[in-house]
Parts: sequence; C-alpha cells; structure tokens
Amino acid sequence: MATTLPKTDVVLIGVGWTGGILAAELTKKGYQVVGLERGKGRKTSDFLMVHDELRYALRYDLMQDLSKETVTFRNNEKMRALPMRQYGSFLLGTDVGGSGVHWNGQTWRFLPYDFQIRTMTEERYGKNKIPADMTLQDWGITYDEIEPYFDQFEQMAGISGEENPHGGPRSNPYPTGPMKQTPAMNLFKEACENLGYKPFIQPSANLSEAYTNPDGISRAACQYCGFCERFGCEYGAKADPTVTVLPVAESTGKFDLRTHANVVEILHEGNRATGVRFVDTQSGEEFIQPAEVVAVTSYVLNNVRLLLQSGIGKPYDPKTGTGVIGKNYAYQNMCASTTGFFEEREFNVYAGAGSLGMTLDEFNGDNFDHSDLNFLHGANIFLGQLGKRPIQNNAVKPDTPSWGAKFKEESVKYYNRSISFNAQGASMPFRYHYLDLDPTYKDAYGNPLLRMTYDFKEQDNEMSKFMASKTEEIMKEMGASEIIVAKEKGPYNIVPYQSTHNTGGVIMGDNPDTSALNSYLQMWDYENVFVPGASAFPHNSGYNPTGTVGALSYRCAEGIDLYLKNGGSLV
Amino acid sequence: MAEQDKKDPLLEKRTSRRSFLKNSGLTVGGLIVGGAVGTLIGKETNETTTTEDPKQTPSPQGTGNANANAALMFFTPNQFDITNAAVERIYPADDNGPGAEELLVAYFIDHQLASGWGTNAKEYMSGPFYPGEETQGYQSSLNRQEIFTIGLETIEKHSAEKYKKSFLELSGEEQDAVLTDFQDGNVEMKGVSSNYFFNLLRSTTIEGVYADPLYGGNASMAGWEMKKYPGHQMSYFNMIEQDEFEEIAPKSLSSQHNH
Repeated sequence: MATTLPKTDVVLIGVGWTGGILAAELTKKGYQVVGLERGKGRKTSDFLMVHDELRYALRYDLMQDLSKETVTFRNNEKMRALPMRQYGSFLLGTDVGGSGVHWNGQTWRFLPYDFQIRTMTEERYGKNKIPADMTLQDWGITYDEIEPYFDQFEQMAGISGEENPHGGPRSNPYPTGPMKQTPAMNLFKEACENLGYKPFIQPSANLSEAYTNPDGISRAACQYCGFCERFGCEYGAKADPTVTVLPVAESTGKFDLRTHANVVEILHEGNRATGVRFVDTQSGEEFIQPAEVVAVTSYVLNNVRLLLQSGIGKPYDPKTGTGVIGKNYAYQNMCASTTGFFEEREFNVYAGAGSLGMTLDEFNGDNFDHSDLNFLHGANIFLGQLGKRPIQNNAVKPDTPSWGAKFKEESVKYYNRSISFNAQGASMPFRYHYLDLDPTYKDAYGNPLLRMTYDFKEQDNEMSKFMASKTEEIMKEMGASEIIVAKEKGPYNIVPYQSTHNTGGVIMGDNPDTSALNSYLQMWDYENVFVPGASAFPHNSGYNPTGTVGALSYRCAEGIDLYLKNGGSLV
Repeated sequence: MAEQDKKDPLLEKRTSRRSFLKNSGLTVGGLIVGGAVGTLIGKETNETTTTEDPKQTPSPQGTGNANANAALMFFTPNQFDITNAAVERIYPADDNGPGAEELLVAYFIDHQLASGWGTNAKEYMSGPFYPGEETQGYQSSLNRQEIFTIGLETIEKHSAEKYKKSFLELSGEEQDAVLTDFQDGNVEMKGVSSNYFFNLLRSTTIEGVYADPLYGGNASMAGWEMKKYPGHQMSYFNMIEQDEFEEIAPKSLSSQHNH
C-alpha cells in the first residue's frame, strides 16, 4: 500500500539539467517543488579521485546500472529486439545532476534553420527534396522566439566562446571569454583559414575564467586537467546542475530533493495527471506524490518509457503514421573520423578540457548548397582537445596489427604524435525509426523495457562521404604525413561508443496530430504534464544538444508558471 | 627527484601554492571558489597537491619489499601463468620499456575478474538469451569469469592440438600463432566466439598496462612513462598553450590520497 504524501505545486521526475533548471526558476517564483531522483546525491568532493580512466571511462562509474534497467534494440522491424546488455553506443547517466555531471560542456545553439527545417528546406529546394519516409517537421517555435532562453542558459552556466559566423543572431555576447588555444588547435585553425573557412573557438561550459552568474553563484576556472567526458568536475568549473541551478533552488527553502526515489508511474484521471507513484529504492516502500503539475525531466529514453508505461499520450504507430509518443527517434551521425600522424612533432594532448577545441560550421545545417547533394542538413567539424587518456587512445597506422611488438611500438610512438577529429552530423527522423515498449524484456520492477528501432540511412552515408572529403582536406593542410579517414557508414551498431545524443520520442511541434508537445513543452492532451529535454527534438542537429535542452527548459519553466497562474493550454 | 629533495619542501610548497592560486583562475575577488579541490588548497597545512608520489617497487616474488597486491583473488596459479604468458605476447617488453608481465598486468586481470565487473554485476544478464545480430552486441549468458575460465582452458586445448604441448612450453612465435587463431575466430569455444575472448583478453591487457597503479597493474607507472602520460595532475592551466612538448613525471591517485 503506497503512502500518499502532501500535494505539491510541481513534481519533477529526475533531477538533471532539465529538472534542475525548473527547480531553480519555479522555486524563485515561490512555487513548492519536489524533485524525485532515482540515484544518489552528488557534490564536487565526490570527485577528488576522479582522474581514474578505468573507473569512470571504462567501468562507467557515473552511469545507470544496466542490470536494473536498459533498452532493447533492433535495426528494423524484421529483427527481434534484444537487450543492450553492456554499454557501448551511448551512456545513460544517473544520480543528481544526471548526464549534466558527466557531459563535456560543449554548448551550442541550434540554427534558425533547425527550428523551421521543413518550411525552409521546401522554400529553398522544393517539396521533392524531402524523401517520403523522412518525417521532417518544424518545431513550432522560431529561432527568434527561443533566442532569449538560449541567452538565459548561457548566462547561468557561464558559457565561453567566440561568435559563430554562421550562427543565428545573439542578444548578448558570451558571458566569459574563449578557452585557451593549444598548438593542435592553432594548427587546425591555420589549415582551415588557408582553405578559406572561418574556424572559431568552440563554445564551452568549462569556465574559461572565474565567473559569478546572475543568481550570484561563483565558480572557478577550468584547469584543463583532461577529465570531463564520463567524469565529474572536482573544481566545479564545468557547469553542471549540482554547482549551478540546484544550490539556487535549495536556497529558496522551497525545493524538496528526494534521492533514491524511482518513479514508476504517472497517475492520471481523464486528461489530467494527478501525481506520480515512486519506489524508495533503499527501503522498497512505495509513495504517491500528488502535484498540480508533473514535469517529466529524466533522460530522453526514460521520458518516453514512462509516458508509454503510464498510458499518457497516444503511442506512435509507424504503420499508419499516427500517434505521437515514441515518434521521430533520432541520434547523431558521428562520421568522417580522421586521424593524422605527425612524425616530427609531439603535442601535449594529455592536457585538455571537455569542450576545448576549434570548430567550423561551413558544412552544418543549410549553410551550404544542398541542390546537388543526396542528403539534408550537415555536420559540425571539430578538433577537440579533450585530454587524451592512455587506455582508450592507441592510434596506429593502417595495416599495423592490433597487438604484439609492432602494435606496442607504434601505439607508444604515435600517442602524442597523432591528432584525430571528426564531423558531428545531424540525424534526420524517419517513419520507421521509433521507440515503443518491448514485448519480452522487463526491468527490475517488472515493467517493460523501452524498445528502439533504428538504423543509419543513405542520408547518413552520403553525409559521411561528403564530410570525409572535407576533413581529409583539412588534415592534409595541417601537414600530417599519413591520414586515416572513415568514409562509409555501415549499419547502426550498438557496440562501439558513438554519442550520448539520443533525441525525440516526445516531440514538440505546431500540430497535436503530429507532435506531443506545444512550444512550451506542454502536452497537447494533458495540459498539466510538461516534458522538456532532448526527447522534444523533432530531429537532431549537427551539434551537441545540451544548449538547446537548456533553452527549452527555461521556456518550459515560463510555461509552467503561466499554467499555474492561468491554467489551460498555453498555445 | 634528488634535486628536488635538497630544497626546503615547505617553502617550495608555499610558494607554488601561492603562485598557483594567483594564476589559476580558482578565485573570485580573492575568495577560493575551486570546488572540492579549492577547499583542500585552502588549508595552509594541508599540502595535498604538491606531494611527490612515492613509487612502489613491484616484487611479485613476495620477497624483501613485498608487493602485497601481487597475489591471486580469482585465478588458479595455472590460469595465472597462462594469462601472464599470453599478455606478454600482446604487450611485449621492448626498447620502449617493460612488457605486460613486468607491469603486473596478469595480477590486474585477476583482480578485475574478482570484482563485480568479473560477474557482470552492473550489466543486463536476464533472459531470454538469443544469439542476435552483430549490431546488437553481447548476448551470451556467460559472465567474464566464465569466459576467462573457458578461454584459458581452450588455449591449453588448442596448444595441445596444434603443438602437443602446453601453451607455457611454446616458443613466442608458437604462442603468437595460437593467439592469432583465437583472434581470427578459428578456435571452437563454448558460449562465445574465440575472437570475442581474444578481444576481451587484449582490451583487458591494455587496461592493465595503462590504468592507475591502484588496480595492481601499470607497475611503477612504467606504462604511463612509455607514453609520456603524466597520470593524475591537478592542473595544466599554465602550460596548455605552450608549443613545446612537456614531459611531466607521472603521478598516481595515491599522491592525492596519501597526504
């Protein structure tokens, strides 16, 4: 028998970036917020032993325990979906701060093109440019409308950088100056400029200088220690929810953060959510938390699963193209991986930061002419100096064996004498790429796992070949004596790590028949349920998603405030 | 090292602490805001960060300065010997420095197999089990302890079939030929392919060479030294922009803990 707790204004399911931003903004406005987090608490002192590649990068210390919960996967509907038994392609965060603790801090704004992608593609190339099975949609919000929320996220996190010459207009410059420039970055920059491109220092949530944000939170500058991705920051220099928004929420006295609280169901009556049911993972006790507003603020995949499991919203059916929950799952087309070998030069690549690097955007979005190309959108080409760690980096020349004397000699020699970069490509939605509940496999609570049906398409392969021609050209110009370039894409394989940029499944849009959410991240058919996060992306762009996730969260906070004041649908 | 020992260590630490704080961007208006590390630096008496890491001398024989870590948690002595011989072929001693044996990689593997990782504790191991496509990843019901046990048995069996000897009695070239057969997936194995076992053995060897010495391998940080990797360092703030490559003496995490 579940214990019913006192009703709150807002309950958050998961306390990472999206939940953290809602918690700060809504408690500042005087609302009572309960945050339910299935994992444990996190603070900077947890990370005094963080420079440990084995524990964090290879044994996934900060990631969700897959024995309790995972996803199942198949490339297409003809295959039997099987569980992702071990980590590979993407890593699922857990604990307070969520993936916002182990991210790199690469903080982008999506392009004006992204938000109106169908309209702008048809305007420039005609309706026939979009393949029939590509379910491309406008987002129901324009860049100009979302711009103030990007700015809010950047000011809060202290994002540093140089202006993107191909980006949308900005109301304010970045609040902190660009990160430092390493020799490898300089080499890349020079090569790009020689080729007529406009490279710039990538925007970063690893603070370039000590910074006090508009909430009065002071944080230290990044020390370039080389441990960001898959690690937490012991300095608090990398913006994460535990050192930015959560202390603000806590200081109001109106935020009740409850850890080890795993939500298993969103309760509802008619077209209204009444609260959530959760399990205390330490005692096994069940609780009901009633709330005026339910904010679904866990990771993309969990957001989708919880809605399907709770019977909220109409599940997507790829056969008829109707329904919305689970629709437009997209990923990231990490492609054109390019390694250059430099015989005469050693680089200090052990030093770095998660978002340290030089980047160019000439071939992203619709910044270049696609008339004669067989793909839409593009990729961000980025030389990152993230800190090269020795277990996972063993570049050797082609035809060198993967073990033995020759392998050892070359992997030692080229450790500091090779440089790699790639292109982070957009991922377009397709009719048969979707998420639903698995008919066979269950989680630790006996609930069905989420099933993913996804593959790379010709679109991804064409983009990959195009980007490889560019990255190879740049690496040549950098003076590498030998270059390895990955050109073609095989089928999507869940084994090698690619990117933790899963998107879609609870998408926003301008029409309740084709989207789950309006532009305030409010469900069309459950007005007191809000679902911010990358699950709201109708497609994924050629960038890291967190900047846009942050912007949508600030937009959502405004929506919840409006809803609590006025009720009803906000659009 | 000897040069450094002559200097007044306290003076040295104080000076470096002050200049480090001044130049590192860890302060706002004179206040230290450097997260958890900031609070450590803030204590004048607590000089965590500049302490030299005492290198541990590995002594697998257990004599003299015995390395208490060099003992077995999972392997039988025979399993250990086979592993020890195999990892040395994967990462042999050469002009660059020690091989996997001297780096104590087989102890690292033993200790890892004895941990939750060895029993796939944080991985989804519920049935039903189906073979699946390559794109769907690992689908066997075997955990890593079982895979290693079967794999090492199969190495012995294959050596006997091919050369009528134990793997331990083979020449280096013959051992390589056996391992290549595993790598090529040409050896019959229960539960997983021989290629899968080989890749697991290879990746765990690389881990044992380059993981922090706290896990029992990478003895004397010699794995890191070969790659000129400095291990655990607090900050590269003041050198990240410089053109010349800088070789920094490596430190392990014990330098952060044993202060």
